[in-house]
This record gives sequence, C-alpha cells and structure tokens, in this order.
Amino acid sequence: MTIRKNQASLTPEEKRAFTAALLELKRTGRYDRFVTTHNGFIMSDTDSGDRVGHRSPSFLPWHRRFLLEFEAALQAVDPAVALPYWDWTADRTARSSLWAADFLGGTGRARDGQVLDGPFAYAAGKWEIAVRVDGRSYLRRALGTGVAQLPTRAEVDSVLAMPVYDAAPWNSSSGGFRNHLEGWRGANLHNRVHVWVGGQMATGVSPNDPVFWMHHAFIDKLWADWQALHPQSAYLPAAGTANVVDLHDTMRPWNDVTPADMLDHRKFYTFDTEPVPAPAGAAASQR
Amino acid sequence: MNKITRRQALGTTAGALTVLGLAGATAHAAVTRSRSAAPATPAGTVDEVYQGRRIRIVPASGGTGDHGGHHGGHQSPGQPTVLIDGRELHVMRNADGSWISVVNHYETFSGPLPLARAAVRELQGASLVPMGGM
Repeated sequence: MTIRKNQASLTPEEKRAFTAALLELKRTGRYDRFVTTHNGFIMSDTDSGDRVGHRSPSFLPWHRRFLLEFEAALQAVDPAVALPYWDWTADRTARSSLWAADFLGGTGRARDGQVLDGPFAYAAGKWEIAVRVDGRSYLRRALGTGVAQLPTRAEVDSVLAMPVYDAAPWNSSSGGFRNHLEGWRGANLHNRVHVWVGGQMATGVSPNDPVFWMHHAFIDKLWADWQALHPQSAYLPAAGTANVVDLHDTMRPWNDVTPADMLDHRKFYTFDTEPVPAPAGAAASQR
Repeated sequence: MNKITRRQALGTTAGALTVLGLAGATAHAAVTRSRSAAPATPAGTVDEVYQGRRIRIVPASGGTGDHGGHHGGHQSPGQPTVLIDGRELHVMRNADGSWISVVNHYETFSGPLPLARAAVRELQGASLVPMGGM
C-alpha cells in the first residue's frame, strides 16, 4: 500500500529515488504528457462553461485522479516511490530542505528566474521545459516574490472549518470549502502557493515544476482532513447540474471515473498521519 | 490621439510589432483607448509599449455575453484579444469580473491591461508561444 509522507521527513535515499523517477518519466516523454493534459484543462475550464479540473466542485476529485495516474507512472519506474506532500504551512521559507540541491533545488536567479541548482536545473541537462507558453526552456522560480507569505495554519484551519463542500454557482465565485481551498475566494490557499513559487508554477503549465505534485498532494490531504472533520458533509452537487461534474458523472479525460469513486483516498493510499475522524457533533470545535 | 482600427491592429505583422517594440525600448507610451471606459465594455482598445513590449488589446467583437465555449486561439466570444508583440496571450474572465492569463493563471487582475502588463513582466523579454502551436 502506498504511503504518502511529508516531504520534510523523507530520507536522503527516498529523495534520491523520487527525483530519479521524475527524471526517468521526463526522459521517456511521459512526464510532458501530464503537463499538456493539465494545461489543456486549465485553459478550457471556464466559470460560465464546462469546467472539470479547476474552478469547479471536481477540482479536488479531478486532481486526486490526476495525481494517482502520475504516481502510478512513477511506480512503474520505481515501485518504492510514493508522492510526498509539501505542508507549506510548516515549511514556509525558501530555506526549507525542500528547496535544497539534493531535492528540488532552490529559487531562480534574479536576472531570468532560472533555477541553477538541483536535479531540475537546466544546466544539469535532464529537465528541458518542452510544454511551454513562452520561449524559455529552463525551469524558473521566484520563491516568495509574487506574494510574500504562504498560507498559515490558522488560515488553513479556517477553511477546513467550513462545513459545506461547495455551492452554486459551482465556480470561482462560489462559497464553501472547495472554492476557499482552491483560493478564488477568501484567504486563498491553493492559488496563492502557485503564485508564491512563481516561474512555471504560476502558469497554466505548472506541472513543469515537480513541486506541483507535492503541493497538490497536500491539497489532497487537506480534502481528507476536511472529510474527517465533517463526516456528515457530502460532495456537491449531487445531480443534474449543467456544465458541472455531479457526484456520479464521469470526469474527462478518463471518462470512466466519477467524483464518487474518488471520495475515499484509503482505497489507493494512506498518509503518514491519517486524519482522525471528529466525534459526532464536535466538528466545529476541533483544533 | 492615435486612432488605430481593429483591422489595422490585427493586420500588423508580428515582425513590424517586434521592431516597434525594440524601438520603444523601456519608454511607456501613452495608452490609447478607442472609447472612454464605459462600464459595459470590459476593455477598450489598447495600444501601448510597456517595458519595451507592444501590448495591444482588441475588445471582443459582437455580442456582450461571455457565455459559450472557451476555445481560445482566436477571439472567443466575449473575450478581448490580447497581443504581446503580435502573439496572442490566452486570457480568461472570471465570474467576478476579474481576469487571468495563461502566464499568471492563479492570480487575478482587474482588467486586461494590468493582466497584459503583468504578463510582460513575467515574460522578461521572452516571446509567447503561438497559441495552439505548442
């Protein structure tokens, strides 16, 4: 069974295995197909039209499925690898071990944003940005430049406390947990982290930066944490909603998986620290 | 005021725009709007040089609705066309009226012009890849 761990607790050998599997997926071309898929959805998901991957209730199950597919590809290279998650409420500076040269490498240089150290630096020769929106083929970052601060634990807890999964009009203007976690409203969690990293992570081709997977693995864990806090709260909408993936509708691009299939992550993996279900009626007072 | 028609704006070649952009250096040209900022028009026509790059914004043609397919590439209904040195920038309007682009996809802007200027800063001189040509 796959166990997803906090990236901060990985051993040097686990970091080596993870980055080696990433480089192998990149070498074979498999990696870039994930970037292409993500960009296709992010450009076509609109508030007033069909929306599947983003700005909609299926943001969370879509990314859970997307990460599962990516993790399976990593495990086809090395069965011992699992996706780590990045708890950016705890590891919230550019000095975190996440950004060390033995893992993801650091921020970009001022002149052109180019990442110069780590396995994904352009000069290392194994990480050319091929699926791109502009002419630059090197990985870029500007940690903490686009926005100064990553979300805090208190901000995360305030969003986890929201009892309703999502609400009409089921888009970037919605109230509820999903849109506040995604970040189009309120404290801004997920979106802000993309902006904080900068470079390709701030664009539609954000999976070009391997931190994409670790960011989304944490967003995915926050969904699981929310479910444990609100065991009576269901995925919404249930049925009959135009342009939106209802609970039992299939999601593109797979067309054989529904949000209902994705609700219980324990069918696929567990976390190093599993959320503890809240006692009945005590959800709001937790933490 | 520089009165450039939509046809002229779209017809100008990328090469000519690049030359103009280089000639503009870092000077900030005056923003030219074909209409005053009417609330019903989310974006007026803009033609400016910003940090050495030519920004053109051509309002959506025909209709006011922003419903319908968002296929990108060529003036989606209700969406303005935003060009940087003649290359189209993929943009999207959010339900609350704010805007995002493909190079700043998780950060919202109040309109197409601040969005286009943010894209110029983000690009640091790089050219956009032609949309659909990835």
